[in-house]
Formats: sequence, structure tokens, C-alpha cells
Amino acid sequence: MKKLTKVLSITAAAAMAASMMASVSVFADDVFTIGAIGPITGAAAAYGTSVMNGAQIAVEEINAAGGINGYQVELLTADDTHDAELAVNAYNDLKDQGMQLLLGTVTSAPCIAVEGEAANDNMFLLTPSGTAVDCIFGDNAFRVCFSDPAQGTASAQYIGEHGLATKIAIIYDSSDPYSAGITEYFTAEAANQGLEIVSSEAFSDNRTDFSAQLNKAKEGGAELVFLPIYYQEAALILQQAASMDFAPAFFGCDGMDGILGVENFDTSLAEGLMMLTPFTPNAEDEMTQNFVKTYEEKFDGLVPIQFGADAYDGIYAMKAALEDAGATADMSASEICDAMKASMGNITITGLTGEISWDPATGEPNKEPKAVVIQNGEYQPM
Amino acid sequence: MNTDIVKKIKNRRLRSKLITYLIVIVFYVVVQILINTGNLSSLLTGLLVPICVYVIAAVSLNLVVGISGELSLGHAGFMCVGAYTSAFLSNVVGSALPETLRFILAILTGAVFAGLFGLLIGIPVLRLKGDYLAIVTLAFGEIIKNLMNVVYVGIDSKGLHVSTTSAMDLHLEPTGKQIIKGALGISGTPKNSNFTIGVILILLTLFIVQNLIDSRSGRAVMAARDNRIAAESIGIPVTKFKLLAFAVSAALAGVAGVLYSHNLATLNTKKFDYNTSILVLVFVVLGGIGNIRGSMIAAVILTALPEMLRFLSNYRMLIYAIVLIVMMLFNWAPAAREWRERVLSRLPFGRRKAVGKEEV
Repeated sequence: MKKLTKVLSITAAAAMAASMMASVSVFADDVFTIGAIGPITGAAAAYGTSVMNGAQIAVEEINAAGGINGYQVELLTADDTHDAELAVNAYNDLKDQGMQLLLGTVTSAPCIAVEGEAANDNMFLLTPSGTAVDCIFGDNAFRVCFSDPAQGTASAQYIGEHGLATKIAIIYDSSDPYSAGITEYFTAEAANQGLEIVSSEAFSDNRTDFSAQLNKAKEGGAELVFLPIYYQEAALILQQAASMDFAPAFFGCDGMDGILGVENFDTSLAEGLMMLTPFTPNAEDEMTQNFVKTYEEKFDGLVPIQFGADAYDGIYAMKAALEDAGATADMSASEICDAMKASMGNITITGLTGEISWDPATGEPNKEPKAVVIQNGEYQPM
Repeated sequence: MNTDIVKKIKNRRLRSKLITYLIVIVFYVVVQILINTGNLSSLLTGLLVPICVYVIAAVSLNLVVGISGELSLGHAGFMCVGAYTSAFLSNVVGSALPETLRFILAILTGAVFAGLFGLLIGIPVLRLKGDYLAIVTLAFGEIIKNLMNVVYVGIDSKGLHVSTTSAMDLHLEPTGKQIIKGALGISGTPKNSNFTIGVILILLTLFIVQNLIDSRSGRAVMAARDNRIAAESIGIPVTKFKLLAFAVSAALAGVAGVLYSHNLATLNTKKFDYNTSILVLVFVVLGGIGNIRGSMIAAVILTALPEMLRFLSNYRMLIYAIVLIVMMLFNWAPAAREWRERVLSRLPFGRRKAVGKEEV
């Protein structure tokens, strides 16, 4: 028996190693293969799902209209559950499947890790919604959304310029890079805008009780509470503020998007909630209307959020740049990346999130910030 | 006669140790062959370093849970200390030292600091037993994580600046560099980890753990685990030996952290919450408490499995959970064990000698 165990364990080790042999897939040269990585399961799933859906709509439209440079587009998706290590695994998996361009990742921390790999591989990376500065540190990477500094600064400017309030309280998640990053730049810009920060209270992830933070804000006489956090906690904060008769204005950033979809959340509590977001499904231009209609038809009446729009614009940006570069589908990922680096600076697209052009040196987009407010249970442009 | 038995036991122990090393080496050689012949996919190549990280973490936790008999739920906290201190060192030193030397220094720093934290935490904690100890280690793990979350450190020509409020309060010169950015953690750590170093560290870990177990101190630790009163009555300083095992385990977890932080371009504390502690504990329990080889194999399987199931897309984690339950039952449910033994004893070469417990 002893011997048997030994023999068994050694063969098991060998077999395990051998089982790692997976067939490396054959690259098709008649389609452009775009990979998308984001959280499809877990706490941030609303963002990832929305990105995948938005990208899918764009890809289907492009394919129906004849593709890019005459080639069809294939979209591959992978789940990272909002974890840096798993995002790198997902990236490697998509590479095995022949990915040539990457749309993603959706959230910041995983994006930094994936960019570390993508920069080494010279793989073109366009993140629809990774807001941290380091998400696009290499020259292979670009983004569709605003960065954290840009969002924090733009929020403070928006509040200051529109005279929304002068006494501000901030409640943020100190364990989250996105939230802490925005808070840092918001605080810096608030001083320039003549805004007074009466309280700046942090919490750490998985909190469900925010009464301490809300009480501080209430005692400080805050007229507006700035919430640079994700929608799940924001929903709880709104509920708890209402139960303690505290009714200031609330202002959030793009992470707030999705709050109307939270299960068992009384959406009347979100009335008057303002947020900085580049997209609102109730905008009246034809492009938005068509996108919302297709999205609702395809995905069981779900209303698209900003992430879907960012992804949609991201795919069209890739199309514009690929066409500018005259890229063909049989080029390798690295060749495409080299071509895209030059072409991203040449293009301007009019997308769902406005007119966007890119700075090829930094990879940051140039576009106007927009804000929306929730009225009658719907997002309305401000 | 008596010395004969002692010799036999010694030989058997030695052989068992050597086989554990052999398993690691065989695994390494097979993987290297696959890589060199181009047969290993990028997904699995990317998984090799995480596998090494979790194997080291699992083996080191087994020292506390299996050998010392204390349930610790804060193992990720020590990984966090190792990861942060070493990444900090690598970023500060930058290109001032050659890469190999810097990484060796980083590994040592991570191990020493994690070990120190283990010692500091162990002194009050190891006065508790059982459930109390489990809860307190859980709390300490979270404290370490939250501490790291509020630390901002930057460096400029005047030296190091430290703040616990915000990056603005560092008052860095314009040319200064922020290294630890609070919740943003550390980014841009050089990617020094690779599979070969990982395997060398696994072998080192095994060497330390297995020899510790077989040493005088190791036997004292196990004696204290099996019967604390009896051990105390013959003059074994129980707390001292438990502290030793705890600190060594923490230092090795720190090494796992070093390997982790030098594998990804980003490092923040989110990874080191109790979920990771529990995950490592699952490796230990599935592999068999006190069974070093088992926890290694469990760590490999459970790290690779969810990635191998990627083709199932949304059902992936559901299937993973079911597989985990089935494996746990198959390995450890009494009925399943009896069935396994029955089947094995029917095989021609499965003659069962009167062997007592699972070997350590």
C-alpha cells in the first residue's frame, strides 16, 4: 500500500502536469478577434455584463454592415470576477484563443495587472471603464472613460460652477482604489472652487451600516453628500439617510450608474440623485435611442448603463483606428498594436458618450463631461 | 532490536521526505518539457506562479493547523505583509542593484517582516486555544489589511515621507515618487517571479517545514498538540514551541506573498482578505490536516481547476463548488474512505500492511 501510494502520487503529479497540455487554438485569419474581459459574476457583475452586452451590439452592427476593412469581427468574452490575478488568467486564456485586440478590462485594479502583461506582449488594450491612472501606463493602452483624477476634478468643478452646494460631505471606500482616487482629486479641486468639505468619512469594503458616516455629515450641516462609490453601498446609504430624516443632495460618479437596477431597492429614494456620467438612456439623439432600443430588445428589457455605452464606443473606436491603419485580419496582435498606436491619434468618433478623440502620448480621451439626475425613476440629462 | 525499529522509522521518514521533493521535481521537469516543446497554453503558463504561491501558503499553514494543531484564519495577513514589504523594497531600490540580488533581498525582507509580525501577533494570540484563537487570528488578518490600506509612502531627494491620511500630505517634491498609495496599493513592481524561482522556493519551504517537523522542536510542538498537560508536565515550554511554529509559518507565508507581488503589476490589500485565508485553509483541509504532500496537491488542483473550467462560462463557479464538495467527501467521508480501502485491497498489489495513521 505504501509503495502504491508513492507510485500513485508520482504518477498523479506527472499526469497533472501532462493534463496541463491544452491544445493551442488555430488562429483564423479571416476575422478580427476582439477579446473582452470584465466581471460577469461577483459584486461588480453589473458593469462587466453591461460592457459585454454593449460590445456585442456594436460587433453585430459592424458585421451586418460588412465588417472592418472587409473582415468580420469575432468577440470573445472572459470573466475576471473583479480580481487582478484572475484577470491575468482570463487574459492568457483569450490569448490562447487567438485574441488580436483587447477591450478591457472593465474595472481598475484588474486592468493594471492585465496592462502589465499586455504591455509586455505588445497587445492593443482599450479599456472602456478602467479609471485608475495606471490602467494605461504603457503606450499600447488607451481608455474610453475619464480617469479618476479627471472625474474627481470634473465633479468638483461641476458642483462649483453650477452652484449646487457649498458645504460638502464625502463618504468613500478607503479600501477601493477607484473611490480613494476620486476623493483625493475632488478634495484638491474643491479648495479651488470655494467648496467647504465639512466631513470626509471613509468606510472599508463589505460595510452595511453607514449611520456613523451619515451622522457626521448631518452634524456638519452638509448640503450635498458626494459619494464616489459603487452603487451597492450607495443604495444602502440612501436608504439609511432617508430613515434618519437626512435629506441633502447626493452626487456620485460613474460607479453610481446601475443604482436603479438594485434588487429590492426603493427607487423613489434615488429621486434627485445626481451623477457624473457620459451617457443617459433618455438622451434624445437618434444614436442613443437606437442603441437603447436594440439593447432592450436583445437583453430582456434591461436598460443600458454607461458601461455598455463606453464599450459600444470602444468597439467603434477600434473600427475607426483599424480602418485608418488599413489593418488586415491576418496581422499578428503585435503588428496590429503597432499600427493602432499611430492611428488612435488620428481618429475622432462621435459615439454615445460624445465626440471623442485620443491623445496618443497618454492614451487619455478628450471629451466633454456630462451629468445626469434621476427624476421619476429615470435618468435625465442635466 | 530496539535500535532496529528506530532505524526503520528513520529510514521510512527520510524516504517519505525525499519522495515529496521528487514529486515537485518531476512536476517541474514535465512542465519545463511542455513549455520548451510549445505545448503549454498561455493560460496554464500564466498559472504556474500562482500555483507556486498557493503551494507555499498551504504548506506553511499546514505547519500551524496540522502540526501545531491551532486553527489560524489570518494567514492572508502574513502574505500581505510579505507582499507589501518586498514590493516596497523592490520599488525603492529600483535599478540600483542587479535584478537577482534585489529579488533575493526582497524575498528575505518579506520573510523577515512577515515572521516578525507572526511573532508579535503570536505572543498574545497563542495564549488562547481553539475557537478563540481562530477568531483572534481572523481579526489580526483584517487589522494588517486595514493598516496597509491607509499607509501612504513616497520618496524624494530628502528621503522617505509617510502619511496615513492622503497622498497630498506627503508633501513630496515634484520629482518625488509615490510608492505606497493607500488603497491604490503599489503598482509597477518589477515582474521578477517565475516558475523556476517558485519551485526553488517550494523546495526550500518543504525543506524547512519537513525538517522542523522531524526535529526536537517539531516533536515538542506535536507533543503539545496531542496532550498539552502531559507535555507541560515533562517540562516542555508549550507556548514557546507553538510560537516558533507560528512565526516560521508566518515567515513562509510572507515568502508566498513576495512571489505574488512580484508576479502582477498591481498590488492592493483587497486580495488579502479572509477569503484568501479560508481558501488556503481549504487546501490544507482537503489535502489532509498534517499531510504536507496532500496540501501541495490540493493547492495545485484547486488553483488550476476553476481556470480549466473556463469553457463553462457562467456555470464555472457553480461546477467548481460542486467538484469541491465531491472531492472533500471522496477524500474524507468515513464511508468513502472505507470504500476506497475495500477497492484498493482487492487489487493484486494492494496488500495492506498494518499501517496506522496517515504519514506526516
